[in-house]
Amino acid sequence: MQLSRDKLLDAYTRMKKIRVFEETMRDEFAKGTVPAFIHLYIGQEAIATGICVELTDQDTISSTHRGHGHCIAKKSNLEKMTMEIFCRADGLCGGKGGSMHIADLSVGMLGANAIVGANAPIAVGAALKQRVTGENLVSVAFIGDGASNQGAVFESMNLASVLKLPVLFVFENNGYAEFTGIDYHCGGGDIAGRAGGFGMPSYKLDGSDFFAVQEAAAEAVERARKGEGPSAIECVAKRWYGHFEGDPQHYRTKEELATIRRDFDPLIIFRQKVEEAGLVEGKDLDMIDEDLSSQVSSAVEKAKNSPLPDVKELTTNVYEEGSY
Amino acid sequence: MSIKTYRESIIEAMVLEMRRDEKVFVIGEDISGGRGCGDFDGEAAGGPMGLTQGLWAEFGAKRVIDTPISETAIMGAAAGAALSGLRPIAELMFSDFFGVCFDQIYNQAAKFRFMYGEQGATPLVIRTMIGAGIGAGPQHSQSPYSIFANIPGLKVVTPSNPYDAKGLLISAIRDNDPVMFCEHKALLGMEGEVPDEAYEVPLGKGRIIKEGNDITIVAIGQMVGIAQNCTSRLEEKGISVEIIDPRSLSPFDEEIVYDSVEKTGRLLVVDESNPVCSFGSWITSMVSDEVFSSLKAPTKVLTPPHCPVPAAPNLEATYLPNVDRIVEASDYLVNYS
Ligand SMILES: Cc1ncc(C[n+]2csc(CCOP(=O)(O)OP(=O)(O)O)c2C)c(N)n1
Ligand SMILES: [Mg+2]
Repeated sequence: MQLSRDKLLDAYTRMKKIRVFEETMRDEFAKGTVPAFIHLYIGQEAIATGICVELTDQDTISSTHRGHGHCIAKKSNLEKMTMEIFCRADGLCGGKGGSMHIADLSVGMLGANAIVGANAPIAVGAALKQRVTGENLVSVAFIGDGASNQGAVFESMNLASVLKLPVLFVFENNGYAEFTGIDYHCGGGDIAGRAGGFGMPSYKLDGSDFFAVQEAAAEAVERARKGEGPSAIECVAKRWYGHFEGDPQHYRTKEELATIRRDFDPLIIFRQKVEEAGLVEGKDLDMIDEDLSSQVSSAVEKAKNSPLPDVKELTTNVYEEGSY
Repeated sequence: MSIKTYRESIIEAMVLEMRRDEKVFVIGEDISGGRGCGDFDGEAAGGPMGLTQGLWAEFGAKRVIDTPISETAIMGAAAGAALSGLRPIAELMFSDFFGVCFDQIYNQAAKFRFMYGEQGATPLVIRTMIGAGIGAGPQHSQSPYSIFANIPGLKVVTPSNPYDAKGLLISAIRDNDPVMFCEHKALLGMEGEVPDEAYEVPLGKGRIIKEGNDITIVAIGQMVGIAQNCTSRLEEKGISVEIIDPRSLSPFDEEIVYDSVEKTGRLLVVDESNPVCSFGSWITSMVSDEVFSSLKAPTKVLTPPHCPVPAAPNLEATYLPNVDRIVEASDYLVNYS
């Protein structure tokens, strides 16, 4: 299946935006300007993007502690998202959520989540709209390899399966849950296989390859829209940096870290594929690169210069205004 | 005796008890860290906050058990192990995650003894991180000890300094009931004089941190240090403050509070939990019931407002009770007429 030039450029833009953004956040964190821990999405850009290019604004995603990439791939407002990470008044959540709790319902981003695995049932809930009101929507849960071991995730897969709900369980297998490798933490070692046990079609694919992810997403989304129920997509990719910024990563070898950058760079893989197939020219992508650098640095500068929330906001939005 | 941090004291308590009793073991996520990482054969973390450092090297994977991210199974397995005669120390990385696994604590471990009689003894310790103050956001900063203390069958301790952390943890490990051991994340680096050998700080025994005559301040966890920081400002105002650290919320040392309030006639509780049904409000309620006639002023509880812990640093700083608020409240109570 051939993707249009526009769709390819859009995909590249989203992936590259994630990369540039996260590299910038890494620098900012090192400078001490970021108020809390951050978990970078670098290395996994093709996953969020491959899935989200198949979604509309009405479709929803639920995200994780490593959520910046999901936000960008779902086309959240970059400036407001950056402000949220810096806990600013004009951030997407008024600065009260921060990096691990960014949400943007206007584009169907139901929230990052600091409780590992908790987002899976939330995605199932959004998918209930198809059943209850007949709305045509697809709901995605992004789930880490580590999170795949939570009871909430297993229960969600079963519920979505028995109710035939339009959910994509997207497993981002980056090989690690914090400082523990998947060989240790995942019984049977086969996340997709375990999902298949719930009676849903499941894929295991190269999560560094946008095209592999996107193709599976397109099929799964189509089935979901037709009312044929959930699918699981296990995307195997690499986490380039530490679990969080500041993680010294003693448990990984220098060779591993060096080879992943060479062999598992979703942006290089994408470029090679589209250039070889003559779908897009390199200079078009270079132009996108330049544009994104200035977009991202201006968003970060703007965020850093914008005000923190007014202290009066401390107790707002606990309940509906005026109801308590 | 030597200077140790709160973190080192907690580790030392576990080491000493694991040496003493082979039934004691530790289970939790990344408590060694680095398992399943190719050829790596070391300790990658010793717990995300470094609270189990060195245990894996000394005791090995048989008794230092790293787990998948599965809190329900971890807490339930620890409860079952305790019911079966082992003495588990289960780590719930952040107390906020109790929402994931509370059935195993609340309906299982805490009730075994009552439901099954003496055979249901459950010598389980759950070590868990509480508290705001480091910008960890709404799902990593809570202090749910009032919820824990609400549960019959569950003991709850909140050490405020390195000495108590070590002694309380040793008592908790030797205790035959489930104990929620609430470590405050803002105190991990706090230093203090701590004996090198094993010793117990008994559960249910409070401590008078500072004696005084005009007002009793009962402070919990991180709030103890903040209350201590008020002393000089209160003295400048001519107010002599008595500060009590209950150390253990369940069982709770009622007598130490009653005795103090009988002397001072005034009570302020400083508590980091949510205000509604807070542990602080329980203390004031007991005091009103038992020593009402000694009171010269209403009792008062200072807590954060009734809202989650915000991520923004300026809001988080406003969220927590602070020196100004404690001084103001003490002043009000002492001058109440
Ligand atoms: C319920 C719960 N347990 C534990 C944690 C601590 N924690 C945060 S991220 C993480 C590892 C998650 O691993 P994985 O799901 O593979 O996601 P990745 O970090 O690799 O993106 C853990 C254990 C948490 N936030 N919530
Ligand atoms: Mg992972």
